[in-house]
Amino acid sequence: MMPLDRADVDTDQIIPKQFLKRIERTGYGPFLFYDWRQQRDFVLNRPEHEGAAVLVAGANFGCGSSREHATWAIRDAGFRAVIAPSFGDIFRANSFKTGIPAVSLTESQVRHLIDLAGEDPTAVIEIDLEAQEVRGEGFGYRFEIDPFVRECLLKGLDEIGLVEHHATAIADYESHRLEWLPAVK
Amino acid sequence: MGPMPARTLAQKLWDSHVVRTGDAGAEPDLLYVDLHLVHEVTSPQAFEGLRMTGRHVRRPDLTVATMDHNVPTRGGVRAADELSRKQMEVLAENCEREGIPLHQIGSRRQGIVHIIGPELGLTQPGMVIVCGDSHTSTHGAFCALAFGIGTSEVELVLATQCLPQRRPGDLAVNVDGELPIGVTAKDIALGLIGRAGTSGGVGHLVEYRGSTVRGLSMEGRMTLCNMSIEWGAKAGMVEPDDTTFKYMERRPYVPRGSAWEAALDYWRSLPTDANATFDHEIELDAAQLSPFVTWGTNPGQVVPITGRVPNPRSDTDERALRYMDLKPGTAMADIAIDRVFIGSCTNARIEDLRAAARIIHGRHVHPQVRALVVPGSTTVKRAAEDEGLDLVFKAAGFEWRNAGCSMCLGMNPDILAPGERCASTSNRNFEGRQGAGGRTHLVSPPMAAAAAITGHLVDVRELV
Repeated sequence: MMPLDRADVDTDQIIPKQFLKRIERTGYGPFLFYDWRQQRDFVLNRPEHEGAAVLVAGANFGCGSSREHATWAIRDAGFRAVIAPSFGDIFRANSFKTGIPAVSLTESQVRHLIDLAGEDPTAVIEIDLEAQEVRGEGFGYRFEIDPFVRECLLKGLDEIGLVEHHATAIADYESHRLEWLPAVK
Repeated sequence: MGPMPARTLAQKLWDSHVVRTGDAGAEPDLLYVDLHLVHEVTSPQAFEGLRMTGRHVRRPDLTVATMDHNVPTRGGVRAADELSRKQMEVLAENCEREGIPLHQIGSRRQGIVHIIGPELGLTQPGMVIVCGDSHTSTHGAFCALAFGIGTSEVELVLATQCLPQRRPGDLAVNVDGELPIGVTAKDIALGLIGRAGTSGGVGHLVEYRGSTVRGLSMEGRMTLCNMSIEWGAKAGMVEPDDTTFKYMERRPYVPRGSAWEAALDYWRSLPTDANATFDHEIELDAAQLSPFVTWGTNPGQVVPITGRVPNPRSDTDERALRYMDLKPGTAMADIAIDRVFIGSCTNARIEDLRAAARIIHGRHVHPQVRALVVPGSTTVKRAAEDEGLDLVFKAAGFEWRNAGCSMCLGMNPDILAPGERCASTSNRNFEGRQGAGGRTHLVSPPMAAAAAITGHLVDVRELV
């Protein structure tokens, strides 16, 4: 676990704007928390947390800009999930598309995980998407997750393909749209 | 059939865009998107995804692109750095290949994506509008259900014109009473965020209501809706009324003749029904509002300009004070500034520039301050020049620039140097937002103008 004991971590911190100019979808790992990483004692620089696969942070994680680069950077830096008491809406949606579950636990459960990771950097937790439970030694925290998102994450479903499956409904809807709605020719 | 249940305008907008109702639990509703706005920063990977899977844009006629985030605001149309140039070229190529209209840098209608949509009449009541940008909530001022999406969702909308969505909750913000002199829509937004907190709106569609909101111009409503995301709301909306229709009439993409009449009938059916209910309501008394200024590194860290830097109440506050280099108890009006930025999708429309120019007229920018005005669009720039506003700004010592996102997010040459302090009309005071190490104080356009003149944060009411 990587304990990031801060609330309101915005996506400008997760990945500063100068790294949004790339046109690729991968390779953002080195830029994760770029400005904060310039401080030597920042938690991501501490050797005892190297290789952590779960980022645990304070409330309202990922607020601000819609940049999906934030979740790409988290993924590219080796994280496989983020746990926080709450998330920015767009960040949460982006994290699922990136295959990184954004798991909401209560404030006190997150506090426990952050303290645990601080005291024992080798402590291991398991995130069971199927059972919707975060487990560690002596505890099991149930979490809620959108059933559709859970299904997509578990089965690795292609959402565009799923929507394309409804092509008839889409075409039917289009045939009934108000005719004066703006269209750009 | 019984009578229709009372609905909020958000519910009406939702209902009218459901392509397919989700199965309870399993799949979300599938919503149709009427307008998809595209810019250079969050779209290249989406187009690349389409290419890799052999897909094409389903409705290029409902998709409009512009260049705004990276564009330089002076010195011609070439981006300052290779990566920005590349990103703009890639957008042009993608639009060309998919037949998407593009408002290139240098063209007549180029501007910030959330400014040109309303300006062209592309933004209309009753629509669902998305864009790979969190400030898409701006379009809600026209009673559109408008929200920001990520790049994967951009790809999904390009391919299908649809988006699977769960219905968020309904939240009403009731603002009543007359705004005191010197208090603007920006101050309503900042005061609200200060009270509701940076995540107070998460998971909700917000409707801004009440006499104060009805009294706002479209520009003011756009400022208010624009900041919805800063307290976490999915979207922010205002019911359409004569102010809306008057703003829209005769804009390029607005219907004309009998279609205009039909549209008006439809738009007038959109307001929330009298007995509809919201999941939550927040009341704001306009008379109690004052010009606000942020002291910290999120928009909820805000006080009236007459206030002082507060004592920290959390680790977040303490870190913010350190980053901002401020001491608790300091009068906000004693804080000297180095830079002033008037611009962004929050506050760079013609009315914003007029409000700033009224303060600046006949005065001079403080010698220690470098001040910048960046119109939100090329159209706004032309309108301002027609009124002579550019002369007012230039005579006072402001730099008068070309349209773009500019210093709101510093993806272009307009950035703060480390340690510089800026009074800014933009929307985010996050660490490093306007340049690594830069310090941002969010304010309204008149407040920014007043700060430029005096060289420190100041109550604009002392200058009117």
